[in-house]
Formats: sequence, C-alpha cells, structure tokens
Amino acid sequence: MAFHSKELAKAYWRENIKLLLSLLFIWALVSFGFGILFADALNNFHFFGFKLGFWFAQQGAIYTFVVLIFVYVYKMNRLDEKYDVQED
Amino acid sequence: MMDIRTWTFLIVGLSFVLYIGIAIYCRAGSTKEFYVAGGGVHPIVNGMATAADWMSAASFISMAGLISFMGYDGAVYLMGWTGGYVLLALCLAPYLRKFGKFTVPDFIGDRYYSQTARTVAVICAIFVSFTYVAGQMRGVGVVFSRFLEVDITTGVFLGMAIVFFYAVLGGMKGITYTQVAQYCVLMMAYLVPAIFISIMITGHVIPQFGFGATLADGSGVHLLDKLDGLSAELGFAAYTSGTKSTIDVLFITAALMVGTAGLPHVIVRFFTVPKVKDARKSAGWALIFIAVLYTTAPAVAGFARLNMINTINGADSQGTEYSEAPTWVTNWEKTGLIGWEDKNEDGRMFYSGDERNEMHIDRDIMVLANPEIADLPAWVIALVAAGGVAAALSTSAGLLLVISTSISHDLLKRNLMPNISDKMELRYARSAAAVAVCIAGYLGINPPGFVAQVVAFAFGLAASSFFPAIILGIFYKRMNKYGAITGMVSGLLFTATYIVYFKFINPAASVPENWWFGVSPEGIGTLGMIVNFAVAAVVCHLTPPPPQDVQDMVESIRYPQGAGEAQVH
Repeated sequence: MAFHSKELAKAYWRENIKLLLSLLFIWALVSFGFGILFADALNNFHFFGFKLGFWFAQQGAIYTFVVLIFVYVYKMNRLDEKYDVQED
Repeated sequence: MMDIRTWTFLIVGLSFVLYIGIAIYCRAGSTKEFYVAGGGVHPIVNGMATAADWMSAASFISMAGLISFMGYDGAVYLMGWTGGYVLLALCLAPYLRKFGKFTVPDFIGDRYYSQTARTVAVICAIFVSFTYVAGQMRGVGVVFSRFLEVDITTGVFLGMAIVFFYAVLGGMKGITYTQVAQYCVLMMAYLVPAIFISIMITGHVIPQFGFGATLADGSGVHLLDKLDGLSAELGFAAYTSGTKSTIDVLFITAALMVGTAGLPHVIVRFFTVPKVKDARKSAGWALIFIAVLYTTAPAVAGFARLNMINTINGADSQGTEYSEAPTWVTNWEKTGLIGWEDKNEDGRMFYSGDERNEMHIDRDIMVLANPEIADLPAWVIALVAAGGVAAALSTSAGLLLVISTSISHDLLKRNLMPNISDKMELRYARSAAAVAVCIAGYLGINPPGFVAQVVAFAFGLAASSFFPAIILGIFYKRMNKYGAITGMVSGLLFTATYIVYFKFINPAASVPENWWFGVSPEGIGTLGMIVNFAVAAVVCHLTPPPPQDVQDMVESIRYPQGAGEAQVH
C-alpha cells in the first residue's frame, strides 16, 4: 500500500477530483461558454481588433487549454509530494 | 532560377532521405520497442511526435481551407481538435500510463475482465484507424500529382514505400523519431508562407496578430471587418458569425473534443514515456506544438479568403478578365479543383455567394494554392508540398502501428494464441503492418467516395464507445463489465444508426429540420456518449459489482507511485 492509510488515499483522491473539476470548469467556460453560447454577446466588445467572442472561438480558447494543462501538471506534482505518492 | 518542380523534387527528396536515415538508426529490436518505443521517450520529444502524429493531411491541407469558407463556424475544428487534449491530460493519460500496458483494448479487456469487451474495443480501434489512414494516403497522392506532375497512383506508391520502410522496420521507436523530423518540416512549411502573407497583407510578422490587425493598404480597415463587408456585398453570411445553429456548433465541438480523447492512436502515445509525471507533461507539450498550427490556421484562412476574392473579382469588384487570370487559376483548373463558367458571357471571372457566382473552388486547395495566390517564391511552394507529405506520412505511420498492434498483440497474443514468443509476436506485428500499408495504399488509389463522410464516423465512434468506457473505468470503481459492454454497444449503435441513416441511406433528408434537437450527424457522437454513460450507469446497478482484484487495480492506477515501465504482462 503506497498510502500510509485508507483515509489518506481517500483525501488524495478527493483533492485530485476537486482540482480536476475546477480546471474542467474553466475548460468548458472558455470554449462552450465564451466561444459558443455567449459569443454573440461578447462580440460587442473588441480585443486587439477582434470581436471578443470570435477571438475566443478561434484563438483564445486554444491558449487557455495549453495553460490549463500546465497548471494541472504543476498542481498534481505538488499533490503527489504532499501525500508522498510521487514516483522515485 | 529553378522552377517549382525542381524545387519540389529537391526539398521532398531531401526530407525522404532524412526520414529513412532516422528509421535505419532507430530500428526496433523487441516488441516493447516496436509497440511503445521501449517506454523511454523524453516528454518534449514525445509531445512533438504526438503533435506530428495528430496533425494529419486534413489538418495541414484542408483545415484552413474549410475555415476560409466557413468563417466563424470553423471554430468547431479549432476548439474541437485541441480541447480534447485537456481531457486527455487531466482524465486519461496519467492513469492509463500507470496501468502500464500497450493498448486501449488492453485496458478495456483487463479493467472489465472480459474477452468480449476486448474484442469490441479491437474492432473499433481497427475500424477507426483504417478510416483515417485512407484519407492520409489520398493526401499524399494529391500533393504529388499537383507538384511533381506524376499521376496520383505513382504518388501513392511512393508514399506507401516510404511509410512501409520506416513503420515496419522501426516500429514505434523509429516512428517517434521520424515524427519529430516531420513535425519540424510541416511546421516550417506552414509558418513560412503564413508569415510572408501576414506581412504582405497587414505588416505584422506574427500571423496571430495580423489576423486582427488593420490592412496594410492604408485604408485603416481591420482585416475581419473587411471580410465581413465583402461577405455582405457578395451574398455570403458574415465571416465572424457563420451559419450553423448554436446547438449544432456546441454538439460538433463536443463530439470532436471527446472523440479526440478517445482515439486509440493518440492515447497510445502516452504509453511511450517513462513516468506518470511525464505522461501529464507530455500532453501539455503536445498541445503547445499543435496550438502553433491551430492558431495560425484561422489567420491563414482569413488572409487566403481576402487574397482569393481580390484576385478573382479584381480590386474594383467587377471581375478579372479570364484571359488575364493568374497562373494559379489555370494550374489548378487542370486538376479539376477550380472551374469557371462564364454565365453572363462578359469574359470576366466572378466569385460570390448568390446567382452572380461563376466559380467553382474546391476548399481543399486553399493551403496548397495560398503561396501561389500570394505570388511567393518557388521554394516556398515546394516547402508547402513537403509539409503536406510530412503531415500525411506521420499520421499514417502512427495509425498503421495501431492497426498492427491491435492484430498482433490484442487479437493474437492476448486472444487467439497466448503462447507465442516475443520474436514471433514481433514478426506478426511487422507482417500486419505490411498488409495494412497495402490496404491503405489501395484505398488511397481507389478512394471510396465516402471518405469525407466516414470522418464523422471515426470521431463519433470514438466519442460514443471508448471515451465513456475508459472514463468510467478510472473514475467509477463500481462499474462492471455488464455496464461497460452494454454502454459501449448502445452508444455505438445509436451513433452509427444516426450517421448511416443521414449520410448513406437518406442523405437528402439531412437538413436541420429533420435532425434530432437540430444536431447534425457530425455532432451526434456527443449524444451517443450521453447514451453510453446513461445505459452503463443503469445496467451496472442491476448487476453484481466487479471482483475485488479489479477494484484493487482501479485503486492502484489512481496514484503515480510504482508505475515502472510499460509491461507486457
């Protein structure tokens, strides 16, 4: 057993899920939200010459995706160390 | 001064020498090297190889062209084909790496303790991969026939020979390092013309900025406003708003995202890195390398549209005399991908979205013709040809590997003849790859008319079968084989029926009024996925829980420690 106790294993998994859901929320917000559902409303604002909704759909969502993955990598590595389940 | 053809021979030829050299240097000696490159690939290298593997002839050749004609709606491809990597990195890659086997059917078969589940997964994997590979070989053929002026058959044979050489010899190890080289070639080929054209049209070096900037002609009008204006004038929908309904855009994007995360040739890449930590990081690097092309593509699309309309309709929007047509029009006319019909008999070409239109322009030519439209030097055009070939070859190689692994490992070793030795298995893997290359080549020379339609199939099937089964396998310990199998089968049947009906049986009925909830066949995979999840959840609660050792296995893949290298058993 890699975890020191069952409770720790549960706590680790709970924190993992929490991180996952919050990152996936942002993922859905920028793509389905800003890029599609609210695109028309956001198109009233301008951003570096783009209509904002259009920019999210064709540019901004993709940049956000990249950032999300690296935030996840960083936070998960910290979490692994906190619970002492990182690889050797 | 060398002409386009000489340059193309030179640049494409040199790139081939490079790929073959790498393949000889990185020969695979064991099944482990053949399947997962020995599991020792650095995450950045793996990210780059994954990016090359992912960006197919469709991404390279067709996507910007599609966006150019679809405007805002093109976002379904941009977000759909990148957003899936977030799902991969967060929900699949690290856990599947910890699980530590070679293939997706391996995971499905072990997690659901069932040969039936494994077989369903193998069949899906092979079907999805063949669908894809047919399109790739066609892409090679198109590039060769236009730029080397050989016929498509010869082009496809050449492509087959190269892929055969390095996929069959090198396995995953050879493929991974060749793909790194191919990534560099295809990115150069995409960026160089994009930067040239961005400078010409807007004065910005970076296309992503030029896309939103004002035109360099001194008018002070933004590129996108200019395109919206032209669209209104010519009877098209506004470039920045598109024509699809919001719900359809939503469902197609979701289906492509989830489908991406469920594609076996993408997932298998995360088995090739040494650690769980690297699997997470590797997905991030892959997405960075992919994002470079995917954020450039919409800019290229915008530039190309403006350039094309201006050269065909002329600066005064009265139409250009056909006798003075630029050479790219006449060159592509020979391939049948551009056509002009002088309806009002004034001897001028005119392109529009209403009854004044006299042009037929195939969407697939936009990227390849773009440098010619912008009058760039011959070596840039040759570079684009090499890039298109690199994109097609790297993706075909990855897919061929999935097909051969599915047959030699999942079907023979794990199913039909469990006692064969490593050496025999390797021999079977190589023969399977060889047969697959031949079938792919045949499909490239005699393309079934439905290649474009089956792409919807590949993503729909991956979204409605693999993705829910893997997610539930990791995040829901109580999920048992009954739930997983009924879920996969019902998701698959639902999606397949919908697509087959609207794409093959009754294509005339495929209009928004007839679609369920207004969702097109391209987006139905999302509903199929929901069906899969729902059926699996209900069935699993009516049947006994999975055995204790399976539950323990699920526990153990949830944290990184003790991952070790990918194991045969």
